[in-house]
Amino acid sequence: MIELRNISRRFGDTSALSDVSLTIEGASFTSLLGPSGCGKSTLLRIIAGLDHPTSGSILFSGRDVRDLSAAERNIAMVFQSYALYPHMTVRGNIALPLAMRSMNRLERFPVLSELLPSARRKAVENNLAVERIAALLKIEELLDRKPSQLSGGQKQRAAVGRALVREPTAFLLDEPLSNLDAKLRHAMRAEIVDLHRTTGRTFIYVTHDQAEAMSMSDQVVVIMDGKVQQVDAPRDLYERPASRSVAAFVGDHPVNFLDVAVDRRQLAPPFEDVTLDTAIPGRTVTVGIRSERLHPAADGALAGRIERVDYLGSSTMVSLRLPSGHRLSAVLSEQDAVPVEGEILRLSFAPQRADLFDPDSGQRIDARLVPARASSRPARRDQ
Amino acid sequence: MTARGLLGRTATLAVLCLGAAIVLIPFVWMISLSLKPAAEIFSPDFTLLPSQIAWQNYIKAFTEVPLHRFLLNGVIVCFGILFFQLLLAVPLAYALAVRDFKLRGLLFGLVLAGLLVPYHVTAVPLFLGLAELKLLNTYSALIIPFIASVFGIFLFRQYFAALPADLIDAARVDGLSETAIAWRIAFPNAWPAVTAFAIFSVVAHWNDLFWPLIAVSDRDLATPPRGVLYFRDEEAGSDVGPLMAAATVINAPLVLGFLLAQRRFIQGFTMSGLKG
Repeated sequence: MIELRNISRRFGDTSALSDVSLTIEGASFTSLLGPSGCGKSTLLRIIAGLDHPTSGSILFSGRDVRDLSAAERNIAMVFQSYALYPHMTVRGNIALPLAMRSMNRLERFPVLSELLPSARRKAVENNLAVERIAALLKIEELLDRKPSQLSGGQKQRAAVGRALVREPTAFLLDEPLSNLDAKLRHAMRAEIVDLHRTTGRTFIYVTHDQAEAMSMSDQVVVIMDGKVQQVDAPRDLYERPASRSVAAFVGDHPVNFLDVAVDRRQLAPPFEDVTLDTAIPGRTVTVGIRSERLHPAADGALAGRIERVDYLGSSTMVSLRLPSGHRLSAVLSEQDAVPVEGEILRLSFAPQRADLFDPDSGQRIDARLVPARASSRPARRDQ
Repeated sequence: MTARGLLGRTATLAVLCLGAAIVLIPFVWMISLSLKPAAEIFSPDFTLLPSQIAWQNYIKAFTEVPLHRFLLNGVIVCFGILFFQLLLAVPLAYALAVRDFKLRGLLFGLVLAGLLVPYHVTAVPLFLGLAELKLLNTYSALIIPFIASVFGIFLFRQYFAALPADLIDAARVDGLSETAIAWRIAFPNAWPAVTAFAIFSVVAHWNDLFWPLIAVSDRDLATPPRGVLYFRDEEAGSDVGPLMAAATVINAPLVLGFLLAQRRFIQGFTMSGLKG
């Protein structure tokens, strides 16, 4: 288990991380998700011991590791650029961390290592471990090549092999898939998840791609502007985003944020059909509706003129302008008829699944939209 | 090819040939003289090729003075200097390029300032210092003044600074100490710079006459250029044939070495980036 307590990191006058507290369970798959420059890589480097927090503490299984180097923390890391040693073969790359651990200074010395019987015995053992890992990652035939002779995907595997070979306490991955093409990225995503299952180790995965984080992790940590915004399972992150920015960041499609006037429980158009389940203070509220949760319906509560249609094959994106002046985008499924620009489209949504945010702070408001009492619009009910 | 293109190429080639000739003529003349009998050397007629090849010049060069000894001294001094230069410059350059510490900027500035100081300026204090230490007339006197090479530190620092930061971090994660990273990761990846530096260092110290003239007087410690002078200083005056033969012999290793390492030498200075 890895615990971060009130970690802050400043570079001169700029604050990269402020007051980050986090618990990462053993054997879990945790993603650090956020836009580029949000501090997620800095946080990973602090966990690795490559960087040090300005304040706060890090505990590995309850032990403070402040003074331990990266090697002493026994973490393994896969870098975005792979960082394979260019002058060594893949075999040399994977064997180096083993040699650094199993051999003493004398046994590693260039010429002596060939002569000392103990060094030769250890070299044979290490080589067996290298070949075992190579077989696991299916890179046996690449072992005697230099990194410059490998493709992106092969380098990726070699880098994973170097990290895996020595049974680390935690396995840190810094955007390892971002240099691969889309197809390979999908394949490697599945392989990393499999690797997590077979090794049963703690994985900490940094990414700016919400789809990667959502599909792979047990726990997602959303970081923005150096602060932890939300820590949750992927499903909770999607269903109950803690703030407007988290809602906007997570999910494949854009979220509609509509600022509407509110009076206790009553909302202004276009939400006259729904009310709040509890009264809230304030004059306006931001209603967040995911564009994939809007469906065309003859009795839909939201009607607007279509301004733009993007046909994507499996789905169609439409943008509408509501009479209230709000803009709305919706994802229509393959079965829906493809509308034409200029038409009026009626959309319905499940009010309970809309998210409410404070328009000033962007924080989630703990209230729900519910259909207005049946008596208010009897005509709709009968249809 | 158009006539114009042909003309352009011819002109370019002519200029290059002229340049090459200016550089090469002294060498050709040296080889020519080294193969001529004594009588022919002072004949008023200009001939490039000797009428008969006088190998005895080379035999005299090796017998009159211990030329093999001078060559051996040259090898000991040059490689001694190079060994210690690398031993110091690699960790120092690594520290300046990768480690973050107070006064790093100042130290690097001092290294750059050091590049501006010709070593002749420090010759007198060095001589006095070595004299105090009773090291004059030893190999140490020929080697010690040169083991801290600011040029080497500068060249390696520039190369190490261009190494990807991830590479250094990966090595730290893999359990390498900073010294181990300098020698096992940074040094092998800087081989073009190392080759270029090695050639520079060896050429400079192999050809150096100034310092050996000051630091040693013992004939058995003479480096090749210092040794060649023994042909002139002898009471018989200049013995040009053997002198040129000896000059040819001491030049040959450098020319051969450069030809072997030419490609790496040029790479070292074009600093082609490192591909991961």
